[in-house]
Amino acid sequence: MSGLRISGLTCVKRDRVLFEALNFQLMPGELLYLRGPNGAGKTSLLRIITGLSEPESGEVCYDDMPIASSHSFLSALIYLGHKAGLNGALSAMDNLQFWLAQHGTEVSPSGIYAVLETLGLVGLEDIPVRLLSAGQQRRVALSRLWLKPAKIWVLDEPFTALDIAGIAWLERQFKQHVDNGGMIITTSHQPLSENAGKHSTLDLEYRF
Amino acid sequence: MKHLLLGIARRDVRIAFQQKAELVQPIMFLLMVVTLFPLGVSPAPETLQRIGPGVIWIAAILSSLLSMDRLFREDFNDGSLEQYMLSGMPLSGVAAVKVLVHWLISFLPLLVLSPLLAMFLNLTLDMYVALIATLILGTPLLSFVGAIAVGLTVGLQRGGLLLALLLIPVFIPLLIFATSAVDSAALHLPYYSQLAIIGAMLLLAAASAPFAIAYSLKVSQN
Repeated sequence: MSGLRISGLTCVKRDRVLFEALNFQLMPGELLYLRGPNGAGKTSLLRIITGLSEPESGEVCYDDMPIASSHSFLSALIYLGHKAGLNGALSAMDNLQFWLAQHGTEVSPSGIYAVLETLGLVGLEDIPVRLLSAGQQRRVALSRLWLKPAKIWVLDEPFTALDIAGIAWLERQFKQHVDNGGMIITTSHQPLSENAGKHSTLDLEYRF
Repeated sequence: MKHLLLGIARRDVRIAFQQKAELVQPIMFLLMVVTLFPLGVSPAPETLQRIGPGVIWIAAILSSLLSMDRLFREDFNDGSLEQYMLSGMPLSGVAAVKVLVHWLISFLPLLVLSPLLAMFLNLTLDMYVALIATLILGTPLLSFVGAIAVGLTVGLQRGGLLLALLLIPVFIPLLIFATSAVDSAALHLPYYSQLAIIGAMLLLAAASAPFAIAYSLKVSQN
């Protein structure tokens, strides 16, 4: 059975149970939209799914293998968190090239340039990232979704700082990725529009 | 291996040269600390020769504390560390490469500058040879051990001073053996045993520190 299976996941932060015995499954071609108020544990859940932090109990399996021992999981994953993972002193081009080298993916500079062009970052690829606006930095971070052929996208608030055109464009990419058999888990405080295609939702509640 | 070299080593060198001021500051600090001693203690050549090795080593340790924080803090704050962890590269390999690049960037200039410092403090040639030998063996040890503490404190808001408090006691044995080697050299005694002990500490640190650093970085993500 391919896909991502989450079974019996419990997360405790500072003596507060964020969620308990959480079970769900994500199959290829599905978009899961994670909702919940601030502090409900959305980010914690995403970080556990990627393996960045450890759950209190339960496990995350990819293709029926726990993610810690799966060889294919990390090469099939792109995670974009609150932090963009871009070094402010380096240009967008350098940031992306080094990131691709770390992930063992090769894309020619002209390929990266083409992606930056579709993202409306022409002429900005050689200046240090810290000089770009928040929305432009977000676009540079999101361009990874085009550069690394990964099946699973785990995105934490990807729409933050994006303008209306950027949001519509990202939602269309969601639909395209899902139609091609990809999997997406995303959080957002604004509802997904029709552009994003059909999706299932998971609600996390704030618990005391 | 290729991923580490192209993705981490080249990146860190590029970042260091983008921020030239931060590259030069620890070296300037070291030079100033060393020049304070003739002014503050005594400019008498015998006194300087007596305290010289210790002064250079203490200045090297203090300036390393200044630059050490840069090793992982920036990557932690901007999220690059998360991306390393999800890249499939072994984290211990990432740590080892980052420490080596850090050593090249912050301690190699010190080695280049050391003849000048030795002249300031009136060291004899024998003493200088011993000093440079202890620096070559000892400074990578500073980087490796320091990186463990940086990994542990990287998640804290103000880890800078805590880092110094954690590390200075750990560096005491190194300081003792290094200055004792130079003192032996001043008396024309053999100092291989001191060098051998520093070398052994370096080998132990090089073999085990990358794993400890990787673990401390993982802990700081939780």
